[in-house]
Amino acid sequence: MTAVAAPDRPVVRRGGSPARPLRALWGLVGVVLVGWVLGNGFLSLAYHPEWYGHNRILMALVGIVLGIGGSALLFYCINVFIESLPQRASQGLIPYAFLLPAFALIGLMLLYPTVQTINYSFANNKSTAYVGLDNYRAIFADPAFWTALTNNALWLLVVPAVTVAVGLVVALFADRLSAGGEKYSKSLIFLPMAISFVAASTIWGKLIYDANPNIGVLNAILGTENDWIRMSGGRLNSFLMMIILIWMQTGFAMVLLSSAIKNVPDETLEAARLDGANERAIFFRVIVPQIKGTVLTVFITVVILVMKVFDIIYVLTNGQNNTNVIAVMFFDELFTAGRAGRASAIVVVLLLLVTPILVYQVRAYRKEAAR
Amino acid sequence: MTALAKPAAVTAPQVRVNKQKGFMRDGRRRSWVSIVVMVVLALLWTLPTIALLISSFRSRDAVTSSGWWTVFTDPIHQGWTLDNYSGVISGSNMGMGFINTLAVSIPATVLPVMFAAFAAYAFTFTYFPLKETLFVIIVALMVVPNQVALQPLLNVFGPYGLGISGQFVAVWLLHAGFAMPLCISTLRTYMATLPGSIVESAKIDGASHFQTFWRLVAPMSMPAIAAFATLQFLWVWNDLLIAKLFLLPSNSTVIVQLQQLLGTQGQGAELLTAGAFITMTVPILVFIGLQRFLVRGMSAGAVKG
Repeated sequence: MTAVAAPDRPVVRRGGSPARPLRALWGLVGVVLVGWVLGNGFLSLAYHPEWYGHNRILMALVGIVLGIGGSALLFYCINVFIESLPQRASQGLIPYAFLLPAFALIGLMLLYPTVQTINYSFANNKSTAYVGLDNYRAIFADPAFWTALTNNALWLLVVPAVTVAVGLVVALFADRLSAGGEKYSKSLIFLPMAISFVAASTIWGKLIYDANPNIGVLNAILGTENDWIRMSGGRLNSFLMMIILIWMQTGFAMVLLSSAIKNVPDETLEAARLDGANERAIFFRVIVPQIKGTVLTVFITVVILVMKVFDIIYVLTNGQNNTNVIAVMFFDELFTAGRAGRASAIVVVLLLLVTPILVYQVRAYRKEAAR
Repeated sequence: MTALAKPAAVTAPQVRVNKQKGFMRDGRRRSWVSIVVMVVLALLWTLPTIALLISSFRSRDAVTSSGWWTVFTDPIHQGWTLDNYSGVISGSNMGMGFINTLAVSIPATVLPVMFAAFAAYAFTFTYFPLKETLFVIIVALMVVPNQVALQPLLNVFGPYGLGISGQFVAVWLLHAGFAMPLCISTLRTYMATLPGSIVESAKIDGASHFQTFWRLVAPMSMPAIAAFATLQFLWVWNDLLIAKLFLLPSNSTVIVQLQQLLGTQGQGAELLTAGAFITMTVPILVFIGLQRFLVRGMSAGAVKG
């Protein structure tokens, strides 16, 4: 590490001196004061809209200023306080001041809920008493849960692989265009990434898959009047919804793969050409080995996305017609059926399913860090 | 560790300028197959969005009696109208939803990026015990699905807890928390590429970490910060699940409103296309405006050199 304080340079003094109690006091007072104003400001927005004349634009503005300004000010006061401590304490504490906001959020929004969800999964629907493994028994005995798992598996088999493949094809062909042509064609394919799942589902569900052949282009082309989204034969409707996700994610895959392909040194390509390799051999023997890492990154990112896929199915079929997936089933158990215990158990199963990826990511990081 | 990918526009400098037919200005042979394939793909990827744009300006009768594709053969008799837009803005209160979405998205973008930058600075430029362990936790948490948070945090934020469920601040905190692992690790990767000597000399000049961060490291990390902020803004703006569960109906975002519109059948269904297009305006503008940062940042974060 480059930035570790070098022990052979004792003259370096970083902020603060041994005795600045006044500054420490004002930092501390600042922390308390800003914290108080922040807390009460937000509560007043919630409970006293009349103070703001019920003006929603004003309330939104006050909220934005409080949130961003307040957090910056709070962080500043913490720094003033720590820098005014005796140097040894200050040096030791500063990293934690920088980590505090991030880890407070991670603790509250990720660590605590994960533990609590596991806890709830062994409890009843009101989370008042433990019921052992009953929730797990219930979901594994439910054929609907197995349907959802099967569908998730299908999504996992199709979407990441197709996304990477299409992204790679686009990146390869775009690479052979002129600079301008490449820029504009890539922008157009990248654009769906900016669209929400809900809007994308609206577009595809209403203008492409609609049962009315005057509205849905698919029926117009085939001359049929099928309600595609309801047709579960051969899981057709699931595949049609996968196309929506692939349409949205191809741009992401293309951008990463394209920059990886451009990073392949020209010398290696030239050398292969001189050796008489054809384009096919160059692609599989020279380019692919050098972009393998990026392919894997893209693949894993899409896998994680697909495991949590929710919006498209929730919006278009709400899990009906054999399209249910884990995330939608969780939502229904929790909010429609009101079975918190089973819902938590479903999330725990989801957590277990992502664990292999988690282990892989940590290992990859360790390997990278050790280099 | 990680090298910045060279910008897409820069191609290998060619010494000889080839003005022959069949060659591009940079000297490479023009590939007609690639041109045809890319035109077809770009059209395929764009047509759904164009279909939405066309449909959103057509009257209900026109939409149900002839397809949006007939516009290309008969552009005049299509029942063009702005009624869908005026209907969805007044009827579904999407104007308010628009302001709500901004009120959700701006802090939910700025706060996590700011906090993550602090943490990334600590991970890159300071030393403290358990540093690697803490970072491994962050790497692991990148994979944890958001669904784990819903039920416990509905309780924590709810009327028996902090009492902020339904307010913007609850949604900011959630989005900030979920974004944190990926944002910290992206920014750390980028900060590790900054020259450590500059930070070292700032230290010798007596700058505090606070000053070093704001005056040196944050400005130098702008490409990565801008890229992640763009992504985060798009995610937050486009989010359905958290906005639906943690916002009061009066605070709800355009995406939630669109999802509710999707449920309506018959009367009002023609508003759907206009509503969908309204939800897409800001993300598309942000995307077009900041695409350069986005592409560069994404490539820098993911391409390990």
